[in-house]
Amino acid sequence: MRPGLSRRSVLAGAAALAVAPAPPAATPARTHTIVMERMRFGPSPEGLRIGDTIVWVNRDPVRHTATARDGAFDVDLAPRASGRTVIRKAGTIPYICRLHPAMTGRLVVAP
Amino acid sequence: MFRIIVLAGALAMGPAAAAQEAPVTDAQIAHIAYTAGQLDVEAGRQALAKTTDPEVRAFAETMVRDHAAVNEQALALVGRLNVTPEANPVSAALTEQAAATHARLAGLEGEAFDRAYVQNEVAFHRTVNEALSGTLIPSAQNAELKALLETGLELFRAHQAHAEQLGAQ
Repeated sequence: MRPGLSRRSVLAGAAALAVAPAPPAATPARTHTIVMERMRFGPSPEGLRIGDTIVWVNRDPVRHTATARDGAFDVDLAPRASGRTVIRKAGTIPYICRLHPAMTGRLVVAP
Repeated sequence: MFRIIVLAGALAMGPAAAAQEAPVTDAQIAHIAYTAGQLDVEAGRQALAKTTDPEVRAFAETMVRDHAAVNEQALALVGRLNVTPEANPVSAALTEQAAATHARLAGLEGEAFDRAYVQNEVAFHRTVNEALSGTLIPSAQNAELKALLETGLELFRAHQAHAEQLGAQ
């Protein structure tokens, strides 16, 4: 017979639950912008996470693409157009403009 | 080669020399920039009619697409500014040199054509870049024209790097 013990355990458990921190809420996905201007990609945003969106903005008078070397994304942008991609995986993702191979950049996505 | 040197000499005059001897007006600058773009579109079309190399084709397609797009903007700008592009000796030298190159390349086929086209693209873009940075941009009076030329310089530099990369393969 251990009703006392059992009740203490239940109470202790309830107390523990009451003070335990809530599980961390999922970080809401964010939106970041990378500008293509004067034949360059702007700086890569810090703190990228899976689920975040990248908005690519082409400010040049010529067509560009933002193309992941591993094929993860390929956004084709007319002059002055913008487009978006959602990040689906962690790690370092190098990208180029397929039309201007000297234009390069990379996303660093937290695991 | 002689033609390239003569042209480089014609374009190499600094803003000071240009001001003393023959001031380069915005109307002339617009004509030079537009002509350079148009000549490279034509060179790209010649390449697309002759080459089968996928990388050379992709490069030529980019030259045609980019220079046509920038020239469209240039025409819109001069229209808005009410400037009429004015023919001048530099535009004439560029056009004459391009005609000679076109004739020379017309006689080449296959890899020989590809090599000559890419080499000429490197030289052409280098010459125009030097003219833009050394003479045309410093001489431009209108701020919008100057800004378009500066964007054009970055574009031409990227094209030159692309051509150099192709030529190194």
